[in-house]
Amino acid sequence: MTATQAREVGTARRRKEDAHLITGQTTWTDNIQLPGTVHAALLRSPMAHARVRVDASAARDEPGVVAAYSGADLADELAGLPSAWQVTPDWVAPEHRPLATDEVRYAGDAVAVVVADTRAHAVDALDAIEVDYEPLPVVLDMEQAMADGAPLVHGDAGTNVCFRYADTFGDVDAAFADAPVRISRRFVQQRLVPCAMEPRSVLVAPVPAAGEYTVWSATQIPHFVRLFLAMLSGVPESRIRVIAPDVGGGFGSKLDIYAEELLTFALARKLGRPVKWTETRSEAFQATIHGRDQIQDLELAADADGRIRGLKVDLLADMGAYLQLLTPAIPLLGRAMFPGIYKMDAYRFGCTGVFTDKTPTDAYRGAGRPEATFAIERMLDELAAELNVDPLEMRRRNWIRHDEFPYAQIAGLTYDSGNYEAATARATELFDYDGMRAEQARRREAHDPVQLGIGISTYTEMCGLAPSRWLGERGYAGGGWEAATVRLLPTGKVEAVVGTSPHGQGHVTTFSQIVADTLGVPFDDVEVVHGDTAAAPAGLDTYGSRSLAVGGVAVWRAAQRVRDKARTLAAHLLEVSEDDLEFSGGSFAVRGTPGASKSVQELAFAAFAAHSMPDGFEPTLSADFVLEPDDFSFPHGTHLCAVEVDTETGRVTIRRYVAVDDVGTVVNPMIVEGQVHGGLAQGIAQALHEAAVYDADGNLTTGTMVDYTPPSAADLPSFTLDRTETPSTTNPLGVKGVGEAGTIASTPAVVNAVVDALRPFGVRDVPMPCTPEHVWRALHDAQGGAA
Amino acid sequence: MTRISVTVDGVDAVDEVEPRTLLVQYLRENRGRTGTPVGCDTSNCGACTVLVDGRAVKSCAMLAVQADGAEVTTIQGLSDGELHPVQRAFHERHALQCGYCTPGMIMAAVDLLGEVDDPTEQQVREGLEGNLCRCTGYQNIVTAVQDAAATMRGAS
Repeated sequence: MTATQAREVGTARRRKEDAHLITGQTTWTDNIQLPGTVHAALLRSPMAHARVRVDASAARDEPGVVAAYSGADLADELAGLPSAWQVTPDWVAPEHRPLATDEVRYAGDAVAVVVADTRAHAVDALDAIEVDYEPLPVVLDMEQAMADGAPLVHGDAGTNVCFRYADTFGDVDAAFADAPVRISRRFVQQRLVPCAMEPRSVLVAPVPAAGEYTVWSATQIPHFVRLFLAMLSGVPESRIRVIAPDVGGGFGSKLDIYAEELLTFALARKLGRPVKWTETRSEAFQATIHGRDQIQDLELAADADGRIRGLKVDLLADMGAYLQLLTPAIPLLGRAMFPGIYKMDAYRFGCTGVFTDKTPTDAYRGAGRPEATFAIERMLDELAAELNVDPLEMRRRNWIRHDEFPYAQIAGLTYDSGNYEAATARATELFDYDGMRAEQARRREAHDPVQLGIGISTYTEMCGLAPSRWLGERGYAGGGWEAATVRLLPTGKVEAVVGTSPHGQGHVTTFSQIVADTLGVPFDDVEVVHGDTAAAPAGLDTYGSRSLAVGGVAVWRAAQRVRDKARTLAAHLLEVSEDDLEFSGGSFAVRGTPGASKSVQELAFAAFAAHSMPDGFEPTLSADFVLEPDDFSFPHGTHLCAVEVDTETGRVTIRRYVAVDDVGTVVNPMIVEGQVHGGLAQGIAQALHEAAVYDADGNLTTGTMVDYTPPSAADLPSFTLDRTETPSTTNPLGVKGVGEAGTIASTPAVVNAVVDALRPFGVRDVPMPCTPEHVWRALHDAQGGAA
Repeated sequence: MTRISVTVDGVDAVDEVEPRTLLVQYLRENRGRTGTPVGCDTSNCGACTVLVDGRAVKSCAMLAVQADGAEVTTIQGLSDGELHPVQRAFHERHALQCGYCTPGMIMAAVDLLGEVDDPTEQQVREGLEGNLCRCTGYQNIVTAVQDAAATMRGAS
């Protein structure tokens, strides 16, 4: 770590966050009980598309009911929901009412709200609301939605197309014209449900006389919630305090401004008392954003030896029924990542965003990059199979070599650093790649009904979601900076106030390690304050694996400023030049004068008392830093997966999974491993387990945990992890993000393994999730339906 | 309303509840034991697992009236000053991230270790199958439970 004595950074500190979580002393939003609180419950449409007439008046007579409103009743008090990323000048961004006023557009779209003294009374009274549903034609499939004469999700828009985007790099026609090898594939990224364990919850407490509001929300983005509540309600930001207390996971699903947040705020304002809303899991499946849902048409051109010449990508991306905060941008965040770690001469990317009568999509762990990585890593395996070359060798022939960084890749990004050779060498060693290939050959020869497949994913991803200028050029309304304040308190303890907002990532521990090293104070003397706009007014919150690579660097910079200030004071008090001081172990000592020193704790009190200061010195030792990142950072790694596929039942079992990731400098290896474990689980879940499935009428048929089948402990293996460390060059800590890497890498590794097992049977793809049924059908179809 | 008498984390109480009240609602709303969270409404996730007369129960799958006369232990009553070996192992092994599933996961693990004092990895994985975690990928949970088992065997 540059210019810092690394005692803490690099060590597996146990988390400060755990003590209250393992003892149940938690502050989930739904735990908060305020006097006089009333509870809101929403009536949701059972139909995917219908004209509605809603009369909520009868509910007002039900026991305990305080208020009941239809969308029309609140039309003047509720603004539409925002979408913050205008991806093209002529995008279609339909009005999105928190409560539908005349038309519902997905099953789960809310039509009315009841507020009552208890949650049970509120739910009971929903039955008294009268709704006439006049069914309208439903469109669920993207290609059908784009056909002439298709039913329109938004009649006023005149189209189901939200946007069309296209980019070309290099001479694509030349790359493809006489290419000896051309491979076309269609892959489907099924729709996923994020399933954070804590359902969403909002509590709004007003002080009516002062026009002030305190909002607790199970959100990843308290600062954005405050901003949008202010912009959409007209209440000044300074009178809105948003707190993200303990938040039980997000994975992107809580990176949003939701109808229920605006609605609960409006109800608290209208009723002048605290209002709470907490979603049920069944509501969460319908009304919290979904992820992925793309149809990917790909074409790759290569030389006879497999060198890639060009890649064409054409996406259909399902927006669902409305645009949430970042909906249209998600597929475009993958735009530059389809080339992966490979060199090529030309690249064309096209994407069409399409409305359907389904739950809106938005960011889900990886947000556009998993889809891109899946596509290119699957294509590399297809190319290898086409040319009968080992898929690892095929990657070697095309990847960027370690001596070529920084590397300006075909889609305009500059990869900061990496060493694909080193990560791959380590992974193949841990995996016993040659041994596994030998076993695979034996099983193939023996016609073993349980075949072995080996899957590879040599991924990279972009994390940090910055710089701000880059975001602005692409239509995003916000920026990518991050803020931190570090205060050395009079007692010598340290308070680090951060603009990121964790929900399981361990920021308190990680940032404490950074501050402890920078100021030379004990780890336990650092407190980290986050997730409260009154305590940490500046920040852009947590998503996109940005918290360490952007927020952590801001913390480090602020701590450095404090240290610089302490040095100035120390020099004054010791009556020497700053150049004569040496900082070590939390103390400034005069070089060559034993005993002449000042500890940061002494300086903290001296700066607080302010009895003797240099000219122009501001009392106290505190500093802010707002960091504008130079660029993204690009983690990478090599994941190897071995699966056993029972060709009689279609059952897939993961036999071995090795992940060697390079996330730059590691602050806390224990936390990094935990992030990789969890990421792997979610990526494997897409490959093998999960899919949001709708019936022909637009009902979500996988609307419970038991139908959606998020994996349990019994469904997953233990993973073998290792790391290489190639520091990032886009930030001074050398760190890269790790929150999404596992998810991005693992899905193609698993599917490549499944397909690899079945290649001798003529199978060249298995649609996700690779359930026994999908595997069996793929085998059956490949064998001409005779299996 | 029905009168019930329940001991929760060592505290006796008599309460009037609606017959439809779920045990988890009773614990959270009547008794203020909000350490036990609700993760789903179909008894699949296990976040609300507590011990009823010493055995793990998903408290959303039991009515408060069914707990009449029972002794309920929640995550908040598991340790008395000193952390329970399972709690300690979850901390040491980084077996939690967001922590929402953790109370239920710990209570289910305590129940499992009452049944099997030296579980294999597979026994832990199958024993905790009814408790979902979305953050950890389970690997550190499995290790933590096995570590706790070793600690508890050593202590007994």
